[in-house]
Amino acid sequence: MIGSFLISILSGAIHSGAPLLYATLAEAVGERVGIVNLGLEGVMLMGAVVGFTTTVQTGNPVLGILAGALAGGLFNMVFGFLVITRRANQLASGLALMFCGVGLSALIGASYIGSRIQGLNEIQIPFLSTIPFIGRAFFNYDILVYLVIPIAVLVWWFLFRTRWGLSLRAVGENPTAAFAAGKNPHRLQYQALFIAGILGGIAGAHLSLAVAKTWAEWMTAGRGFIAVALVIFSKWHPLRAIAGALLFGGAISLQLQMQARGVPVSSFLLDMLPYVLSLAVLAIWGGTRRQAAPGSLGRVFQGTE
Amino acid sequence: MDKVTAGIDLFRNKRVASVIRFSGLFGIALLVFAVVLLVFGKNPIRAYVDIFSATLGSSYGFSEVLVKMIPLALTALAVAIPSRIWLINVGGEGQLFIGALFATWGAINFSNLPAWLFLPWISILGFLGGGLWASISGFLRAKGWASETISTLLMNYVAILLVNFFVFGPWKDPESANYPQSIPFPDAAILPSFFGSRVHLGAVLAIVGLILFHFVLSRTRWGLEMRAIGINQEAARRNGISTYRYIILLMFIGGGMAGLAGMGEVSAIHGQLRPSLSPGLGYTGFLISWMAMGNPLGIVAAAFLISVITAGGDILQMTHRIPGAAVHILMALVLFVVLARRAGKVGGK
Repeated sequence: MIGSFLISILSGAIHSGAPLLYATLAEAVGERVGIVNLGLEGVMLMGAVVGFTTTVQTGNPVLGILAGALAGGLFNMVFGFLVITRRANQLASGLALMFCGVGLSALIGASYIGSRIQGLNEIQIPFLSTIPFIGRAFFNYDILVYLVIPIAVLVWWFLFRTRWGLSLRAVGENPTAAFAAGKNPHRLQYQALFIAGILGGIAGAHLSLAVAKTWAEWMTAGRGFIAVALVIFSKWHPLRAIAGALLFGGAISLQLQMQARGVPVSSFLLDMLPYVLSLAVLAIWGGTRRQAAPGSLGRVFQGTE
Repeated sequence: MDKVTAGIDLFRNKRVASVIRFSGLFGIALLVFAVVLLVFGKNPIRAYVDIFSATLGSSYGFSEVLVKMIPLALTALAVAIPSRIWLINVGGEGQLFIGALFATWGAINFSNLPAWLFLPWISILGFLGGGLWASISGFLRAKGWASETISTLLMNYVAILLVNFFVFGPWKDPESANYPQSIPFPDAAILPSFFGSRVHLGAVLAIVGLILFHFVLSRTRWGLEMRAIGINQEAARRNGISTYRYIILLMFIGGGMAGLAGMGEVSAIHGQLRPSLSPGLGYTGFLISWMAMGNPLGIVAAAFLISVITAGGDILQMTHRIPGAAVHILMALVLFVVLARRAGKVGGK
């Protein structure tokens, strides 16, 4: 009884954690280059709606994922233009981008509300999925869930083990110094935001194609903002983000499980835990002056002219 | 004294110039949104005519715009007040929810208070709720433990979940079947409205807040000290101004304003506590304050514009079969052009 409860919670945590992890990686890449994006919610919605409509039109969910990723990447370029080229305030631009994404996705998806798709199928891993109890729980996901941890590792590898990642982080720490060292901060920031947009688009497409298998207005329901919190929680590190996303996903899954079993503990209080934890982590790390945040986070690079 | 009058003249000229410039930018946003509507096969001219006539063309429509302005002006103040010393409050949404929560507690539990005391008591509770919630972030910031930007953002979720906890749990109206909502407020806890419209007493609170804000900033020692902190925190500190106290105090007052917005929404609009209390009013308030650069008159103008746009969304939904959320595009476009235009000149954070 307890065992099956734990297994269903963990399996649910992986399911709800996957789109969160894509979104967190997106936010982390952007913040590593010094840009806070509160508009991730809008980017995800664009990914969700474009992914869904493409799947309905073509009947091919893989094309849907690709289209959603591309839509996210391109939509994030609007944000890039504002905060990089026009040097606009990042928080205000991000919130404006969120509202734009909410509206545009509602307009695009209006005639698709209620359509259902087969969506992304679960892929059962041979042999492993036949293990009793845990087989069906842990080796029976859609392709995007299997891919999310390799992608997190890939993002980590790019950021921390390649020259390009080093330049990117250098811009995030101190764009002026990076510029003096011969880097082009603006180009690197655009590249990072495009990749962030792609990841955000995938996060949205995963929601509409695999989790909900339908389109609804504002279906991301604040996950874009949760990702911002998760980045802080994971100290701007892609690998720690895996643990963070599992924890947040676990809270969501615990809530669903307890509701299903009629446990009389309020799920809302449990849901607060990740946020309160993030805040505590932030305050403790902030208090010890070992801030992990990129040095130029939120500041505008004024250029050198 | 000369300097002061010269400053006022400059302010006036700047204001005229900024109104003209803003109208041009707004025109661009309208044009782009028209193109978007065309792409989706809608008639933009009819949409604009309908929005205009339904919001500004009738006294009922106009009063509904005013109703939408009340919480927006208050949440914008919640951002503008702390922004005087460069504090960034992204937590208006959560502060609004906690204000509503406190006000609901008062409305449900103190209905035996005399009528003249009941409404002020509920308002004070709303203010206190939002204020205390925001001052947690202020405290963390003053201690140097956590940036107020991040902590206010995180606490929005906690606040919304807390309200959900109460309306799904202990405060759930047993007669509401499956709807998560508190019991209806007693009549004495409903903020009075004016002229047979839905414009409620919250409007007066918002106006008083805006005037006080302007007065304190320009006419008092506190305004001067705040400006000193805003210009150079270290220099202000060495001149004996307690930045620690100002950080907590301004977060408290700002949060209180958002709390009043929440109180107004539950008491005058909904008449009970519901989780669907706010469609992002706190975030919209942030954008309004940003557009107005924290200026009280600018807040009124920007809140008016955004209210016309959001009220227009309801019209589009009803008459043009365009999703109501689509007007968020227009709102975002207005912000985009303002952001893109201003940033080139004013740098910094």
